[in-house]
Parts: sequence; structure tokens; C-alpha cells
Amino acid sequence: MTTQKVALRSVGIASVVGTGLTVWLGLWVTPPDRFMGNLVRLVYIHPGVAWVAFLAFGVTAVASALYLWKRTRDLRWDRLAGASAEVGVVFTGLTLVSGSLWGRPTWGVWWTWDPLLTTTSLLFLLYLGYLTLRKASAGPDVRARRCSVAALVAVVDVPIVHFSVLWWRSLHQPPTVLNPTLTPEIHGQMAWTLLLGFVSLSLAYAWMTAMRYRNAALEDAHETQWLAEALAERRAEGGVSPLPTPVPAEASSR
Amino acid sequence: MWRDALLVAAKDLRIEMRSRVVANQVLPFAGLTLVLFAFALDADPTVLHATGGGLFWVAVLFATVLAVQRSVGVESSNGEAGEGLRMAGIDPAGIFLGKSAAIGAQLIALEAVLTIAVAILYHLRIQGVAILAAAAILGTAGLAAAGTIYGALSASSRVRETLLPLLFLPVVAPVLLSAARAWQLALAGHPGPGAAWLRFLGMFAVVYMVTGTLAYESIMEDG
Repeated sequence: MTTQKVALRSVGIASVVGTGLTVWLGLWVTPPDRFMGNLVRLVYIHPGVAWVAFLAFGVTAVASALYLWKRTRDLRWDRLAGASAEVGVVFTGLTLVSGSLWGRPTWGVWWTWDPLLTTTSLLFLLYLGYLTLRKASAGPDVRARRCSVAALVAVVDVPIVHFSVLWWRSLHQPPTVLNPTLTPEIHGQMAWTLLLGFVSLSLAYAWMTAMRYRNAALEDAHETQWLAEALAERRAEGGVSPLPTPVPAEASSR
Repeated sequence: MWRDALLVAAKDLRIEMRSRVVANQVLPFAGLTLVLFAFALDADPTVLHATGGGLFWVAVLFATVLAVQRSVGVESSNGEAGEGLRMAGIDPAGIFLGKSAAIGAQLIALEAVLTIAVAILYHLRIQGVAILAAAAILGTAGLAAAGTIYGALSASSRVRETLLPLLFLPVVAPVLLSAARAWQLALAGHPGPGAAWLRFLGMFAVVYMVTGTLAYESIMEDG
């Protein structure tokens, strides 16, 4: 097993163990909150999941910019952007679901048109569109160029959507750990569980993105190889000497 | 770049003058949407009165999707007309600005007709005309710019027709929100607070104009 594989497997195992520990600490070990009671337990997961969603879209934006910049243009950046966005969409979905689960007992409704919820739902749809564009574009190079532009346009839209919606209405819980004075209003065991949740979910993100990235690279290599084989067959049919089989550049650089 | 933009805009508008696709198909469709909204809301005058501004902008948004499809369509019909524009040495930024301007001009004309339609169908008294017009112009500039970017991104894809609305509509949600609020306030006789929404619409338009001007070359690289 190569070092890369060992590292990847370790990250996977660490994320599963960490998430398991977070669930155990969050559900059984930590005390209920004075005001929110057992509802507080969702706090160990929900902000961490939302953080991963934003991290994922951030990585997609940076990777897309690196692809578009001619000096760093490489299909690997595009694959990273795509893999990260896929994980980001899953985590945005989870953010919406976990927020909804918290909202029902707290606000009395599954859904409310509060700025953060509305922004997150639009973000979800925005990146769902991005993933559809990835599937719809023909050929890795065309896909990479178009999707990089789409990812950057989407990132430009995020603050616009957020501020328009914020202006529109507001009723969300203000952030607790990262409040403006940066003094966490949360103590001991609870803070550690929350931190563990953040770390394990981030590891899960890294692991899932790496796996999806590997899949994307294999898919591209497969496509290149299929094309080369088909060309060789047609040339053989026509009695033309076969072209030297090209080694897919991406396959060799993996 | 500006000369190229003018040429491209004039070309697209000339095609529209001759084919009248937007006038004969998109405009009636937008009008139909307004009628369907009234059916859905039981033609209740109070509800229609309160929501008229928002419904107008939803109709405009749907019409924009069709106008953008059309704008992309004229480049991909007749073989690869878009490729021809590039081969003729026209600046990609000029193509972007020209196509946006043509879409914008068609939408403004469409909005003028739709405004009369909402006034009649929903019994709205048109007041605060300055705010209404400013919101329409700024909002349309943003819609046209964003529409042109996404039109080009989804062009030459086999699933263009279904892909464009999915990509485009979430992005322009802020335009719908701001323009609808500005219109609602103006139509209700309180144009004052609407001015804040105008600044927002202006900002959106500028951001997408600049983004499109910078990014259009990368999108068109592959033809």
C-alpha cells in the first residue's frame, strides 16, 4: 500500500471514529442545556456540518480560480473543484435537514423564511446547478473552463444573496461561538464535544473529497483510454497503422 | 470593445425585428403568466393588489429565461454563428455587452407592456413612476448580464433548455427580491424606502456586468 493510500485510509478511519465519539459525547455524556434542554445536542453537529459546507464551496472557488489562471491551469484543479462541490452539496443538504429538526421544536415550524435558512437553501440550489453543469458539459477541458467560471460566478453571488435576504428579514439565533467579541459563551465538556465535532466533520470532508477526486480522475482516464482504443480500432479497420497508444497524461500524473 | 458591443446588439435586435420571436411568443407567454397567477389566487382583488409587484417580476424572470434561450439560440443556429463572431475578430467582452444590451432592450419593452397589463388585470394604480422605472432599468440590466453569462455557460450542451433555468434562477433571486420590494413599496404609495433597494439592484447589475466582461473570453474559448 502506498503512503498516499495509508494517509487516506487513516483520515477516513479518524473521521469515522471522531464522528462516533462526537455522537456518544453529544447524546450521552454532555449535560442538557439550562434553557434549551436536550435540544442543545444538535449544536454538536449542526454548526460543524454548516462549516464543512462553506469550507467545501470555498475550496471549489479557490480550485476554480487556480484552473482559470493560465499559469496554474491543470485539470486536477477542476477535479478538486468538482469533488469538493459534490461534498459541499451533501453537507448543505444536511445543514438544512439538521436546522429544520432544530427549528421544529424551537420555532414551532419545520421551515421559516429566516435569512440564514433562505441563503442556505439558495446556496444548495446554486451548487446543485453547478453539479448539473458539470454533468452536462462535453469533454474534460470544456467542462473545466465552463464550470470554473460558473463556480466563481456562484461565489460572487453568495454574499449578494445573503445580504439581500438579510435585509429582507431577520430572526435567526446569533452565532454563539464566533460572536463579535470572540469570547465563546460555552463551557468545558460542551466546548470540547463541539470542537471534536468540527474536527471530525472536517476530516470526513477531506476523506470524501479525496475519494470523489480519485473517482473523477479515473473517469477521465477511462474516457481518454476508450477514445484511444476506438481510434485504434477504426484505423485497423481501414488498414492504417495504429497510432502509438498515448498514455493518458492524467492517469500517469495520479 | 464598445463598437463591437454596438454591432452585436444591433445584429440581435435586427434579428428580433425580422423574426419577432420575443414579441410574438415571449411577450404573450409573460402575459399568460399574469392571467394564470390571477386564476391561482382566485382573482381576489385584495391579494392581487398586495402581490401585483412581485407577480410582475416573476413573470419578467420567466420571460428572461426565454429571451436568453432565444439569444443563445440565434448563435447556435445556422451551424455555428457564434463561432463566426469569434472568427470575425470581435472582442468577447464586446459580444457579452452587445448580447446583454439586446436582451435588456427587449426586456424593457416587454416590461412596459406588462406594466399596463398588471395595471388593468390587477387594478393597480401606477404611482411612484420614477422608482418603478429605475427599478425596472437596474433590475433588467442585472438580469440581462447574468442571463448572458449563464446562457453562454449552458450553450452547446444537449440539455440547455432545462439546464439554464436551474443555473440562472437561483442566481437572480436577489433581483426578484429587491425589484419586487421596490415595486410593492412604490405601488403602495411609499416610494421612499424603495430607494434602498435600487442601490442593491444597481450593485447587482454592476457586479454581473464586470464579471461577464472579464469572464466571457474564458467561456467562449471552446466555441
